[in-house]
Amino acid sequence: MRTILIIAGKEIRDGLRNRWVLATTLLLAGLALSLTFLGAAPSGATGAQPLDVVIVSLSSLTIFLLPLIALLIAHDAVVGEVERGTMLLLLSYPVGRSQVILGKFAGQVAVLGFATFVGYGAAAAALLASGAEIDATSWLAFAAMIGSSVLLGAAFVAIGQLISASSRDRGTAAGIAVGVWLVFVLIYDMGLLGLMVMDQGRTVTGPVLNALLLANPTDAYRLFNLTGFANVSQFAGMAGLAGSAAVSPSLLLGALGAWALAPLALATLAFSRREL
Amino acid sequence: MTATVALSGVGKRFRTVEAVRDVSFSLDEGEIVALVGHNGAGKTTLMKLMLGLIQPTAGSVRVLGEDPASGAFAARRRLGFLPESVSFNSALTGRETLAFYARLKGEPVGEALALLERVGLGAAGGRRVGTYSKGMRQRLGLAQALIGAPRVLLLDEPTTGLDPALRQSFYEILQELRGRGATILLSSHALSELEGETERVVIMNRGAMVADGSLAELRRLARLPVRVRLTAAGGLDGLAGRFADLGPLQRVNGHAVEIAVDDARKIEVVRRALADETRIEDIEVTPPSLDELYAHFLRSGETRS
Repeated sequence: MRTILIIAGKEIRDGLRNRWVLATTLLLAGLALSLTFLGAAPSGATGAQPLDVVIVSLSSLTIFLLPLIALLIAHDAVVGEVERGTMLLLLSYPVGRSQVILGKFAGQVAVLGFATFVGYGAAAAALLASGAEIDATSWLAFAAMIGSSVLLGAAFVAIGQLISASSRDRGTAAGIAVGVWLVFVLIYDMGLLGLMVMDQGRTVTGPVLNALLLANPTDAYRLFNLTGFANVSQFAGMAGLAGSAAVSPSLLLGALGAWALAPLALATLAFSRREL
Repeated sequence: MTATVALSGVGKRFRTVEAVRDVSFSLDEGEIVALVGHNGAGKTTLMKLMLGLIQPTAGSVRVLGEDPASGAFAARRRLGFLPESVSFNSALTGRETLAFYARLKGEPVGEALALLERVGLGAAGGRRVGTYSKGMRQRLGLAQALIGAPRVLLLDEPTTGLDPALRQSFYEILQELRGRGATILLSSHALSELEGETERVVIMNRGAMVADGSLAELRRLARLPVRVRLTAAGGLDGLAGRFADLGPLQRVNGHAVEIAVDDARKIEVVRRALADETRIEDIEVTPPSLDELYAHFLRSGETRS
C-alpha cells in the first residue's frame, strides 16, 4: 500500500511538473464556465433551475472530453517508461508490477479527479456568485455528476493502462487509444442506432438494449446523469426514457465501476507477463 | 566466505533466441567481479535474471538466499542496480529523484540525499535531471544504486560516460563498499579498462560462459606467448637462427626482431641474448595485454561450441 502511494505521489508530481494538471483544470473550467453562461441565457424564460441545465450540458461535454484526456494521460504510463528505460530501474526496486499499475492508476485518477472537481466546481461557484438559487436536489444531482465523471475518467484511465501495458511501443499505444475513444464515444452509439433501426425491435428488446448500453461506459454514464434525477431528465429530453429504463442508478454506477476494475485487472495481468 | 549470488546451469531463451545457456558461477561477499563480453553476449540478461525481472528457462538463480523472481522483496531491499545507459524522469530534480527511490526502498531520505555529495552532484541536486550531462546522469544512477548500503551491487556498463577523474572516484567508492563486505558485479565490453580494479573476471561469449577466474589465473590458462623484442646494433644476420627454436620470429625492421615465446621460456631468450652481448643492445619484454587475453577466450569459446 505504501509503495502504491509513493508511485501515485510521483505520478501526481509528474502531472504538476509537465502541466497536465494545470492544462486539464483550465480546459475543464473554461468549458464549464462558458457552458454555464451560454446555457443560463434561455433558462430564465422556462424558469428552470440553472444548475440542472448546467448538469445536462456538462455531462454531454464530459462524455467527449474526459475519456480523451484520460486516455491521453494513461496510454503512455507503462510503454512510455519502458521505452525511456526508466521502468527497468523501477522494477529492480522492491516494487511489484501490480503496484506499479495501481500506483499509476491512483495518481492519474487523482489528477483527473482534481481537474474535474475544480473545473466543474468553478461553474457551480460562478452560478452561486451570480445569485442563482439552487435547491438541494440540484446540488445532489451536481455532486453525482462530478462523482460519476471521475468514475468515467477512472474507467478510461484503466483502459489506457491496459492499452499501455499490452502495446509494443508508444506509437501503437497512441493509435489504439484514439481508436478506443472513437469506438466508445462515437461509433458504438451510431452502430447501436443502426442496429435498432434494422432490427425493428424483433431481437433488440428492452433487456438486450439495457445490456448493450451497460457494455459501454459512456452510455452508462449518460444514462446515470440524464435519467437518474427527475429534475435533470426533463431538460435532457430523456424523461420518457427515464420512465421506461429498467436500469437502476446503482446498477449504472456498478457498470462504470466494473469498467474501471476489469481493465485494471487485465492491465496488471498483461504487465506481469511482459518481458522487459 | 558466503555466496551472495549463486547461478547454476542457468539458461534463458527468448522465443527463438538463446540469450544465455548453462551459466554457473557464484559470487562471494567482498568481491568485485567483472562480467565481460561483447554487446549481446548475455551480460544484461544475466543481470536481469539476478534482479528477478525475467525468469530463467533452465537452472536456478539465488540472490542473498532468495529466488529473485519469486515476488518476495526482502533481498531486493539489499540490492543496488545501475542499468546500462540509465535514464530518469527529466522533469524531476536530482534530489526529488533520489528521494523517490529512497522511499521505495524504505530507506531514510536524508541519508540518500547525502549520496549526492558523495558522487559529486551536491550542487546540481536542485536542478532538473533533464539539464544533466550524460556523466551526471550516470553519477545520479550510481547514487541511487548505493541507497541503503546494498549487499549486492549490479552495475551494467557503469563507467561509460565518466571522465578519467570520475572513473577513479567511482572505483574508490566501489573499493570502500567492498571493504564493508558488499558483492559487486560490474559488466563491461572491454577487459582493459578493468585492470587493477577487479580481482576476478567472468567472460561471456554468445550466451555461454567461456572463462571465470582471476586475471593471473586466466593468463596462466590462456598460455598466451610473451613477446620479446631484441634490437641489434649491427644488423640481424644470424640472429634469427639462434632463436628460431624458441618460437615464431618476426622481423620488425632492419635492427629488431620480435619473438613470441611461451611464458616459461622467456628467460631462455634473455639468456641467449646476453650471451651475444656484442650485438644485442636492447631487450623489451611485453606480457600479453588484457585485450589479447580477452580475444583468446572469445576464440577458444567459439571453437568449443
